[in-house]
Order: sequence, then structure tokens, then C-alpha cells
Amino acid sequence: MDVLIKRKKGILWILFVSFFRIGAFTWGGGYAMVPLIQRELVQKKELMNDDDFINILSIAQSFPGAIAINTAGLVGNRLAGFRGLLVAILGSVIPSFTIMILAATLLFHYGDLVLVQRFFRGATPAIVALIATGIFSIAKKAFKQRFDLIISSGFFIFLFLFDFHPFWIILIGALTGLVRKS
Amino acid sequence: MIYLHLFLAFIRIGFLAFGGGIAVLPLVQKEIVDTYQWLSTAQFLDLVTLSELTPGPIAINSATFVGYKLGGVFGAVISTGSFCLPSIGFILLISKFLSLFEGNEKVQKIMKGLRPSVIALMSLAGFTIAQNGIMDWFAVGLCVISFVLVWKKMIDPIMMLILAGIAGIFYYR
Repeated sequence: MDVLIKRKKGILWILFVSFFRIGAFTWGGGYAMVPLIQRELVQKKELMNDDDFINILSIAQSFPGAIAINTAGLVGNRLAGFRGLLVAILGSVIPSFTIMILAATLLFHYGDLVLVQRFFRGATPAIVALIATGIFSIAKKAFKQRFDLIISSGFFIFLFLFDFHPFWIILIGALTGLVRKS
Repeated sequence: MIYLHLFLAFIRIGFLAFGGGIAVLPLVQKEIVDTYQWLSTAQFLDLVTLSELTPGPIAINSATFVGYKLGGVFGAVISTGSFCLPSIGFILLISKFLSLFEGNEKVQKIMKGLRPSVIALMSLAGFTIAQNGIMDWFAVGLCVISFVLVWKKMIDPIMMLILAGIAGIFYYR
């Protein structure tokens, strides 16, 4: 950590640039961003070691929010306090924000074009497939016990048939997690 | 007034966004399509596709899209910022009480307990999108092929999305 304090002046800029690059060049969000963050912070900039990073990553998943944003904020906060937190989060948000504004503007202007509509129509089944792979990779971890499968199906029925707000499903999930033995 | 509602909607989404990545979509759908009816399901599909095609976290992309559509650039700042607020709050809280979180058994149990919730929420999102976006056998085939290729890691998900879009351009004329 001594090295870090010595170059503290530059640390805000380093944080900003690192997370800007991560935000601009990773697609899909979530865990897709993890290896890039690791390469940028641990290997290239040597801001922390692997243990630190794994530690931060496990904390980043223990509260809500985008994983990339949580990781950025935790890293920034640890290395340069509250200002570091803000700079790291801004760095990771600004590229997505800017590119999305441009993309949305284009969509609002050219969304009526038949070509664009056909593209989106073809992409939608692939989106469903991506969501399915997301579900499967979580389910692979969760469904080691049959109990989880039953709870999941129950939740789905409540959401689908009775139109429960996701809040209740999340609350009940958290509570059952606390109560269960294993 | 729209700014206040954007703020409330996305701070709620931020508080409930467990699981990362596309797990946020069902929450966005609930608030934006069901509760506030700012987007139709078809427009929500466009939002999801665009959020996947552009770089960065999906939650941030969809927040920016919705905010921009409803309230211009300022609306986008409000929605994206308020989505991040719960994260910032939690980080500050955690840095004060780090020992409560690091390796805490209760926190781990809660996170494990949330998996079935996240699975159910994502299944619902996948199901509604499929209901509205898979209308013919070509789409069914495209979905199955995409699933196999992405699941077996034979293709990058974004590349798959682009190829499926191009297939759509040729098929749906």
C-alpha cells in the first residue's frame, strides 16, 4: 500500500482511465467484466494483488447493483477514499452512457427502417437464448439440491400467475437462505 | 415530474438488482413496462437488444436508454445516477463495517438463498420476451442454435446476437 500512497496524486486519474477502458471495451456486463478488471488493475497497473482482488470481488457480489459498478466503487474507495469511489464509478459509467445516448438517438431516427426492424426481429431469439444461458449457469450452482428447484418453480408461478412484485420474491429468497441449514 | 419518477423507479431497481448482468432485466421490465408503462413490450425488446449490443453493464445501458427516451440527456443522467446510488450507499456502509460483510456466514447464506429468486425472475423475463419475440419456426431454430453455440462457448454472445440479426435481415423480407 505504501507505493499507492506515494503516487496518490495520480491515483484518481489512473482509476478513471482504468475503469473507463473497462467500461468501453466489455460487453454484456456482470461476470463478463471480471477478467478484464483483473487484468487492468492487478496485472497492468499493479494497484492490488490477486488476493485483494478476489476479496473485493466477493464483497461486490454481496450487495445489489451492477457487478462492474460495485467492483469499481469498492476498488476506488479502498485506494483513494470517497473521491476514488466517485471517479472509478464515473469512469466505468461514462463510456456506456455516451455510447447508449448515440445508439438510442440512431434507433429513434432510423428505428422505422425495415432493415433495422428485421435485424431486431432476428436478434430477439438470440436474446432469449442469452437469457437462457444466464439462467442455466446460475441453476447449475443452485440446483444441487432439489429444494432450490422447487422454490424456483414456486417463485415463477407466483410471478407469472399472481403478478407478485420482484421485491417479495427477493425478500422471501433472502429469508429462506437465512433460515436454511446448509 | 418525470425526473422524480425516473429517480424512484431506478433507485428501486438499484436496490433489488442482485445477480449482475441480465438478472436486472426482469426488474427493469416490472418497473418500466408494467408499473409505469413507459415502454411497450416491443420497445422493451429493442432496449434489451440495444443494451446487449453496446458496451458496458446492461443495467447502466438500460437505465440510460429509458432516461434518455423519457427525459433527454438530463433524464438519462437521473436514471443512471439513481441506479448507482444504492451501490454507493452499500459501499460506504461496508467500508465502515467491513468485518460484518467479509466472509460473513449470514451474508453468504442470503446470497445463496437469492439464487432461486434470481432464476425465477430471469425465467419470467425470458418467457415474456420469448412470447413476444419468437413467433415462427425460424425464430425457434435461431434461438436453439444460439443457445447451443453460446452455452458450448463456441461463439461470443455479442457476435451471436449480430449474426442472428443479420439472419433476420435476410429471412424476414
